[in-house]
Amino acid sequence: MPETLLPEPLLEVRQLTKNFHVPGAKGNNTLCALDKIDLHVGRGETLGLVGESGCGKSTLARTLLMLETPDSGSVRFDGVDPFGLKSRDLLAWRRRVQMVFQDPFASLNARMTAGEIVSEPWATHRDLYPTKAARQARLSELFTLVGLRPGDAGKSPQEFSGGQRQRIGIARALALNPDVIVLDEPVSALDLSVQAQVLNLLNELQQRLGVAYIFISHDLSVVRHVADRVAVMYLGRIVETGSTEEVFDRPRHPYTAALMSASPQLDVSGLAPRERIILQGEMPSPLDPPSGCRFRTRCWKAQDICATQAPEPRVSLTDPRHISECHFPLEHTDTEPEPLAHAS
Amino acid sequence: MSTITQTVGAPDVRAEDQLVLDVNGLVVELRTPKGTLRAVDRVSFQAFSGRTIALLGESGCGKSMTAKAIAGLLDPIADVAAGQVRLNGTDLAALTPKERRKFAGPELGIVFQDALTALNPVYTVGTQLGEAFRIHHRLSAKAAKVKAVELMRRVGIPEPESRVDSYPHQFSGGMRQRVLIAMAVALNPRLLIADEPTTALDVTVQAQIMALLRDLRTETHMAVVLITHDLALVAEEADTVAVMYAGKVVETGPVREVFAEPHHPYTRGLLDSVPANIGRGEDLKSIAGSPPELHNIPVGCVYQSRCPLVQDICRTVSPPLEPSGAGRTVACHFSKELENA
Repeated sequence: MPETLLPEPLLEVRQLTKNFHVPGAKGNNTLCALDKIDLHVGRGETLGLVGESGCGKSTLARTLLMLETPDSGSVRFDGVDPFGLKSRDLLAWRRRVQMVFQDPFASLNARMTAGEIVSEPWATHRDLYPTKAARQARLSELFTLVGLRPGDAGKSPQEFSGGQRQRIGIARALALNPDVIVLDEPVSALDLSVQAQVLNLLNELQQRLGVAYIFISHDLSVVRHVADRVAVMYLGRIVETGSTEEVFDRPRHPYTAALMSASPQLDVSGLAPRERIILQGEMPSPLDPPSGCRFRTRCWKAQDICATQAPEPRVSLTDPRHISECHFPLEHTDTEPEPLAHAS
Repeated sequence: MSTITQTVGAPDVRAEDQLVLDVNGLVVELRTPKGTLRAVDRVSFQAFSGRTIALLGESGCGKSMTAKAIAGLLDPIADVAAGQVRLNGTDLAALTPKERRKFAGPELGIVFQDALTALNPVYTVGTQLGEAFRIHHRLSAKAAKVKAVELMRRVGIPEPESRVDSYPHQFSGGMRQRVLIAMAVALNPRLLIADEPTTALDVTVQAQIMALLRDLRTETHMAVVLITHDLALVAEEADTVAVMYAGKVVETGPVREVFAEPHHPYTRGLLDSVPANIGRGEDLKSIAGSPPELHNIPVGCVYQSRCPLVQDICRTVSPPLEPSGAGRTVACHFSKELENA
């Protein structure tokens, strides 16, 4: 892949494969959750990961956090393979990758105070802030950083609103000063007006701290807003990746085009009725994926070759970093992308 | 053929639309240990045949409670304290439960958000689909099953003959939602209430389900009340919108006009919070703070604590919902100022 001219990315994943054994499944009982995933994330960058339920995005996130062990492939983080690390080095590595969960109501322990939740990581990573005074000072700093009052550290999670709870979750992720934060649907449980506050906070934190995000979301308008680059997943594979502008304005894979076309748009101009692609059928079972191209059973461009041969990654002519896996990629002759909706 | 394309957002022209649902001054109160709370406060709106009205609002604004009150499905702690709900001219709130079932059962269908909890796990899909026919048309179990298969075909469930004997857990999320829609439209109701019908679904499945609802509406000319928090869904699916906040309707009107030029600062705030409306990396204009708790609704305007236009009068006088242009209403003392803001 023509990535060699760039400086080495912070996180690089090559040919990552993860299978699960499903006992009791009829016939084939190997579920291929991740199939030869290639991706990279640079320092201070946001990679958006999109795809529908069951496409493998959460397994990918869990594997990057070393909560799952891959069957094959490699992960390199700042030049080292975290899966080869032992004890102390591993502990030190874990600091650098943290996570924010989707549901701020389920992911915070109701029996702990907000302050205890945010400072809990320091119980494992003792040398980071060794004295009580240092921990106290850092706790106040973190609360202020995410827009909470340090005086509220003694309150329990139930006393906070949904948006404030997600701020607690973000503060907990920041407690170990990570280089990468995996955000798994961080705003999808929040109301729109509160969602905007949290997105603004994430943006501000990235600019101040230089932390990289892997931002998992099903909401394309959110991903378009936050991500520098996007990877689209379908049935365990990344079917398209590239810069956010490229992928959104000139999608090459039919699945990406269908996904974008399916999400409703807030276009109130009322001038241009839009043709919507409605995919037929449902995502096939990952226990029994289609031969060849995995999307072919729902693809309107599918031909015989798609059933026999898995498509190789292909580079777009307009942007060498825009890669898609399709035998018949969509071409975009019009240079003018569809206008974005504007409400005011 | 594996894909169809459909035109959305095209203006449709229709002959006369009849008034199907007329909600007037609806008040729903909850009896709680903290006292009586007003979850729905004097809500009024109308739904017309062949058209979709959206009730738009964030969690806790009372939109689902309004739907439950219309359908007569309120929890035991909730009461309709005032107002009328007229379905085809008959006030549902004045009927006994038995009269209501007989009258509204065939006329009103409802689709809930979570299809797995809305379906009974111990009965087959066919039994649940046939229930309406057995009760209202007094069909035999065998005849009802034939009707169930027909319904499943109508909502696009593949192989209905074999799947009619399956249980809900054997269906995918999208197929369960189709089952729920089939149940709701079984008796060709005049009114369909869809309460967040696609919130739990993936976006490509959402597109399928919304297309199905649109087709059914065209086919039967029923009125649809779409309850959602998703502005984009409202923009694409609804003709008119009623924006709700803290139990009140704060603005109503044709979707296109309301979204192009909102008259209420809350509607404006919502539109500004949508990430699609702004460049990447730029700050979104979020609405500061969060909605008031039900036991803590302020005197005066419900939006005062978050409103950029707030003045003294907003803290004492609750603004009534008043006409603000063709087919539009707004509840704000300073909606004129919003246009210049």
